[in-house]
Amino acid sequence: MRTADSTIMSNTTPSSNALLSFNNVSMTFDEGTKALDNVSFSINAGEFVTVVGPSGCGKSTLLRIASNLEANTGGTCSIDRESIGYVFQDATLMPWRTVARNVELIAELHKLGKTERQQLASDAIDLVGLRGFEDKYPRQLSGGMRMRASLARSLVMKPKVFLFDEPFGALDEITRERLNDELLRLFQHEGFAGLFITHSITEAVYMSTKVLVMSARPGKIIASFDVPFAYPRTHDLRYEPEFGELCGKISHALRGAHE
Amino acid sequence: MSTTDTPISTIEEIIPDKRDKVALTDYLGPIVVFIFFIGVWYLLSCVVLPEQKRFLLPTPHKVLSDGFFVWRSGERRGLQPILMSVWDTAKIALVGLCITIVIGMSLAVLMSSSRWLERATWPYLVAIQSAPVLALTPLIRALIDGTQTQRLLVVVLIAMFPIVSNTLFGLLSADKSQHELFTLQGASRWTRLMKLQFPAALPNIFVGFRISAGLAVIGAVVGDFYFRQGGVVGVGAQIDVYRNRLWGAELITAIILASALGLVVFLFFGWVSRRAIGKWHITNRGH
Repeated sequence: MRTADSTIMSNTTPSSNALLSFNNVSMTFDEGTKALDNVSFSINAGEFVTVVGPSGCGKSTLLRIASNLEANTGGTCSIDRESIGYVFQDATLMPWRTVARNVELIAELHKLGKTERQQLASDAIDLVGLRGFEDKYPRQLSGGMRMRASLARSLVMKPKVFLFDEPFGALDEITRERLNDELLRLFQHEGFAGLFITHSITEAVYMSTKVLVMSARPGKIIASFDVPFAYPRTHDLRYEPEFGELCGKISHALRGAHE
Repeated sequence: MSTTDTPISTIEEIIPDKRDKVALTDYLGPIVVFIFFIGVWYLLSCVVLPEQKRFLLPTPHKVLSDGFFVWRSGERRGLQPILMSVWDTAKIALVGLCITIVIGMSLAVLMSSSRWLERATWPYLVAIQSAPVLALTPLIRALIDGTQTQRLLVVVLIAMFPIVSNTLFGLLSADKSQHELFTLQGASRWTRLMKLQFPAALPNIFVGFRISAGLAVIGAVVGDFYFRQGGVVGVGAQIDVYRNRLWGAELITAIILASALGLVVFLFFGWVSRRAIGKWHITNRGH
């Protein structure tokens, strides 16, 4: 494993056993806006990669391309489309379904039998710590609990690749840190490959095996940082000098991204 | 990890539900308005109207004694004939409403899936909504046979718009990200409609039901006026007879019962709505 050194990632060749790889992916929207320019990187199983960058730099577009919600206009993106978990910015729960029925939804859309999907949902509810809240409706839950339910829903089909679109951006800091820990625990437990989008450098470093910095539009990967800290990570890691130093470096690169 | 061991309820509290409490003031309001209404009625009847014109608006106690407390007198006077005619109108309103709901919701589903169809039909729906149905009565009479069918048509014409507009609005109200969630799972159009758009539309659909139910009663009463034949007649026709013969107490009784029918239908759909979506849907008053 490399140390926390900044390396310029212009044309890294994606490894062959990657679960998700972007090869020179570009994206120009119909109205002419260039959102992504020649983005290449890949994620293996057990890797958690976070992309930070200025607002509107095309970070979310990466996820939308990976999940086929948008078609890239240049390059290739390879991923097993059958095995994607997508966690949206908001919890996107169906207000008319209870927590349990919300968590079942994706299994239901995959036409799994009732008993099977109830079992899967029940397991996922345990994993995110929502036991006892199965029969509550989303409006009865706090923002953090809604996000847990949303996570559980994505976990049900045990996807190999998880895409996170700033999932904790709207939460207060304490809840966010708690959910960071929960998500890390799930990451270790399930061993998926994660692609995470955030504005928070601390969150990026705390969660990831690697942090990518994107430039302002059109989005390019301008720096890549390996995060050397071993899992499981605990809350106090955030106050270690090495942690702060790495955050500083990323912050510096991000400052460059805004120019 | 120590941080994950804390019971969840200590950190993120369940949001309490305060909607089920009914305050005394909730009942007081309607009672106050009712007393005020009766007062104005007495004022109009005994003070404002000159004595020789009092038959136009008999006092409340005269309406009770001559309208409500006479079971039957002759062929048309008394509570029993009025109730029969209200029942006749209620049947037309209900059947008409069911037809309206089936047609209106199907139309809304089609419109929600085709922008083209939505644009093509919208102006005409608005036009039907604002067209004066009374002016159409000769045409309806000329084109359609049978008073029942004619009355039903009036109901459908009057009650259609709120069902279509509210259902359509509701079907299009699901969030973009909720739609994307379904897109990611490769959900079919039908699945999307049944599991996302339709449940999301329910609050609006029930609003449409409630408005249309009231309008269906109005439509049925209006239909009674213009399309009638012998035997049991609708309350609209009954009102017309009382008006012609200057039977004030019966007239007011019939009007009150016709309004009560509208209120019952409105309350019924309110109740159905709370049963169906009350658990998850909250209406916001802003404070």
